[in-house]
Amino acid sequence: MKKFVVILLLAVMGYYISITFFDIGFGDSHLVEGVVPVKDAYLNETVNSLNVANTVTSIVVNFRGFDTLGEVTVLFLAVTALGGILYKKRHQAGERSVLFSASKVVTSGSKLLFPAIVLLGAYVFIHGHLSPGGGFQGGVIIATGFLLMLLAYENFTVGHNTLSVIESLAGITFAGVGIWGLIYGGSFLENFLPVGTLNDLFSGGVIPIIYIAVGFKVAAELTGVIYTVLHEKG
Amino acid sequence: MEDTLFKILDYGVYGTAVLVILIGLYGALVKRSLLKIVIGLSIIDSGINLLLVAIGYLKGGTAPIFSPGYLDNPKIMVDPIPQALVLTAIVIGFGVTAVALALVIRLYRHHGTLHIDEIRNLKW
Amino acid sequence: MIGAAVYSIRQKDLLYATIATGIISLVLSVLFYLLQAPDVALTEAAIGVALTTIIFIITIRNTVRYEDEHDNKEKFKSGVK
Repeated sequence: MKKFVVILLLAVMGYYISITFFDIGFGDSHLVEGVVPVKDAYLNETVNSLNVANTVTSIVVNFRGFDTLGEVTVLFLAVTALGGILYKKRHQAGERSVLFSASKVVTSGSKLLFPAIVLLGAYVFIHGHLSPGGGFQGGVIIATGFLLMLLAYENFTVGHNTLSVIESLAGITFAGVGIWGLIYGGSFLENFLPVGTLNDLFSGGVIPIIYIAVGFKVAAELTGVIYTVLHEKG
Repeated sequence: MEDTLFKILDYGVYGTAVLVILIGLYGALVKRSLLKIVIGLSIIDSGINLLLVAIGYLKGGTAPIFSPGYLDNPKIMVDPIPQALVLTAIVIGFGVTAVALALVIRLYRHHGTLHIDEIRNLKW
Repeated sequence: MIGAAVYSIRQKDLLYATIATGIISLVLSVLFYLLQAPDVALTEAAIGVALTTIIFIITIRNTVRYEDEHDNKEKFKSGVK
């Protein structure tokens, strides 16, 4: 009976949502007459005055840079909350870890794959302003590499101090670049470096610096999440 | 007749997204296991991300990345703003899921069950 | 994708349900690529398929595997906690 009511409710909701989206239209160019959309402004600004190839990167880091700073802070808070929630006194009798030693094939294979995965992650976030990718994607890929090592080796440890130092340094770099822009350009995260030429590795002013900092920060945070949860004893 | 068919195919992405959101909502409302509720929430997340990216799609558009000498006409590029939004939303969604699962582990450690009716009946 | 979503909600074995959510993320990242959003596709592939799945599996390993399981009550009452 309860399920029936819920299904009925969801059907009504789905009907109205669908009606709304049929009105919007799929693949149309939602233009209002006489108004220049934000999209065009961002695209022109990106290619003409910033010389960055990837528009998503320039929006995430430059036009909406403050939001990204907030997002990275939220991730940091999530990691802290995770450590606080899962806190437990260690070394109690009769406990068994989730981890157990993997077979020879898995350990050898992960040792081979680990440098390649970290290299791919670094490539993705260094070239974030030229090709698809960026700090978040590269950081997640590096965290995946650490996950592989943590699963393969029973006693592979990542120092919590190292992680927090890397994370703090990256955060300070991000905020420092923003404040530097405030001093020299007049607003937070203002560009103060030469923008270079389009499709060059050194182009876009401060965008690559900030994205590399974001990459390190995200990698450290997500590795911390995985490490905390994996070493949780059930 | 054919026009209607094409229209249905075009709106298939919207339909999929809305259906996935509704399925996730159903799971979060009806199921009594805490882990099932978290799975339902993460399914809702996926559906909303698909819906946002689908709104920004432009028929025959290209990805919003400039490459000199090829198609780099801003007029036919897909809207990049929902993409940047969804990029942020996915990472935040992972953080939310991780904290929710940590709370689930903690509740299980405290009560020894994941069934929400039993948790409600137990004393703290 | 809809099929995987229905399966992951209806399945009683939470491990299979988690694998189904991984399949949802995989199809979703292909859809993002087709909708001309390669950045989002990369993120979704890395986070949805690898990290979310593994964190769910660790949680299942730490708690219960089946949806209607009411085990471990005795263990918790006898003070192993």
